[in-house]
Amino acid sequence: MLKVKNINTYYGKVHALKNVSIHLNEKEIVALIGANGAGKSTILNTLSGITPARSGSIEFNGELVQSLPPDRIVKAGISQVPEGRQVFKGLSVADNLELGAYLRFCAGESKEKIRQDTRHIYELFPRLEERRKQMAGTLSGGEQQMLSIGRALMARPKLLLLDEPSMGLAPLVVQEIFAVIERLRVQEGTTILLVEQNAKAALKMADRGYVLETGKVIIEGNASDLLENPEVQRAYLGKEKKEIWER
Amino acid sequence: MELSDQIAQYLVSGLSTGAIYALIGLGFAIIYNSTEIINFAQGELVMLGGMFALFFINFLHLPLPLAVLSAVASTTAAGVLFERLTIRPLKAATPLSLIIITIGGSILIRGIAMLVWGKDTHAIPAFSGTEPILIGTATILPQHLWIFALTLLAIAMNKLFFNYTITGKAMRACAVNKRAAGLVGIDVRKMVLYSFAISASLGSLAGIIVAPLTMTSYDVGIMLGLKGFCAAIIGGLSAGAGTVLGGLLLGVLESLGAGLISSGYKDAIAFIILLLILFIRPQGLFGKAETERV
Ligand SMILES: Nc1ncnc2c1ncn2[C@@H]1O[C@H](COP(=O)(O)OP(=O)(O)OP(=O)(O)O)[C@@H](O)[C@H]1O
Ligand SMILES: [Mg+2]
Repeated sequence: MLKVKNINTYYGKVHALKNVSIHLNEKEIVALIGANGAGKSTILNTLSGITPARSGSIEFNGELVQSLPPDRIVKAGISQVPEGRQVFKGLSVADNLELGAYLRFCAGESKEKIRQDTRHIYELFPRLEERRKQMAGTLSGGEQQMLSIGRALMARPKLLLLDEPSMGLAPLVVQEIFAVIERLRVQEGTTILLVEQNAKAALKMADRGYVLETGKVIIEGNASDLLENPEVQRAYLGKEKKEIWER
Repeated sequence: MELSDQIAQYLVSGLSTGAIYALIGLGFAIIYNSTEIINFAQGELVMLGGMFALFFINFLHLPLPLAVLSAVASTTAAGVLFERLTIRPLKAATPLSLIIITIGGSILIRGIAMLVWGKDTHAIPAFSGTEPILIGTATILPQHLWIFALTLLAIAMNKLFFNYTITGKAMRACAVNKRAAGLVGIDVRKMVLYSFAISASLGSLAGIIVAPLTMTSYDVGIMLGLKGFCAAIIGGLSAGAGTVLGGLLLGVLESLGAGLISSGYKDAIAFIILLLILFIRPQGLFGKAETERV
């Protein structure tokens, strides 16, 4: 479904992605793990057209999308839930969701169909419904993350890019969000590229994974193999345990 | 005339000038919210509104409503063209360089207007006569009523647009977070273009409805633009109530100052307020330090 071949992305002179190649099959959950600054967000932003690649190709369902602007990428069926939530703070929860379907409104899709999807989001995240008239900026971190995911889903993406959905959230909320991610794959067949610092949780849920280090893919494989891989354990899983102890 | 009568009179004229400032100020705020730039050509669009109205009324002899609509439409087209030629082509420009470009643009527009319409001041007929209407002890001109009514209408339409239409909400989303707006599929550059169109139409309306009272010429945009800017600053660059109140406040203070102290101080008052606000409350009179901008 998605074939990324040898992309190179730069921030000015900083070479952030070096010949990165990844692929996703339909209905897969693929985890992208790596330390801070490895380039995980940059991969997602390159896919979303925010930081276009200088070279390489991105093929999505047979269409070359590497030079499209962000709105056209969404139209093609790729939506991103950005790092740090980034909800529209001064707008209500309901308006945030409505804006998630912005392109569908523009395409003249029926309002009733869009409203139906809003109800579906409220069913996935009942807490959003209770707060639908509240300004998004007044929501808790977890609720903002739910809203941010809900907003992306309102575009009915075929491929969902999730950037650290568990960042800074309490374990229970993380569980709730991860449960929704699994439900999306099972019930709606959404393909998911999941970026996580929490490598263990991500690999447990994922089918496959890529390990990124300083802009390069250094290991790839089945999620279960990665969980067993000594190098991954040392660098990403072991370190994580230590971090938990230190907290 | 008693002092209280005089004050009533100053309030009437102050509020009507204030309404004009509010419309112009909204234009500043809307563009600021979508681009973080202050469009110093806003005053020139106000001037163009009056000049186009002059053209459609005095030269083409169109019926008044049609002439006003045509003038708003022409100025809006000019605002769109301005964005296309100055802002859009510069992809990675900083807000500061764009602001300087708008200043350059304003000089250019003023120059063109001078070539087309000359240096004279021109009169535009009042919309429905000049027979004063007595309200209590104050008199009010029919044109004042037009100014109040049309300003109210424009502000109400603006509010409905930003709060209830998907495009209006998308523009607000851009003002909050451009990157996230792009990620939901909003074409940010299109929203910037819309903000120029809306600002131009509000500004031109201001220029048209005030012209019968003040006359118009190629350089009225300088002062009106600065007053509108001042209104927006008082309102903390909010594209809503703050700026409207800022405009009204400025208009009333100016009118009281000119009437009770000396008309020589009229313009100085705006600039003193502007400086005071920028020094003491840069977030505007009505806003909290970090409020929503729309
Ligand atoms: N806007 C930017 N300008 C310059 N350099 C940037 C920019 N954004 C990211 N970088 C650099 O690109 C590299 C990759 O950053 P990226 O944000 O993709 O990392 P990440 O893997 O998502 O990290 P984190 O886990 O902290 O989110 C880093 O070295 C970072 O400093
Ligand atoms: Mg990141």
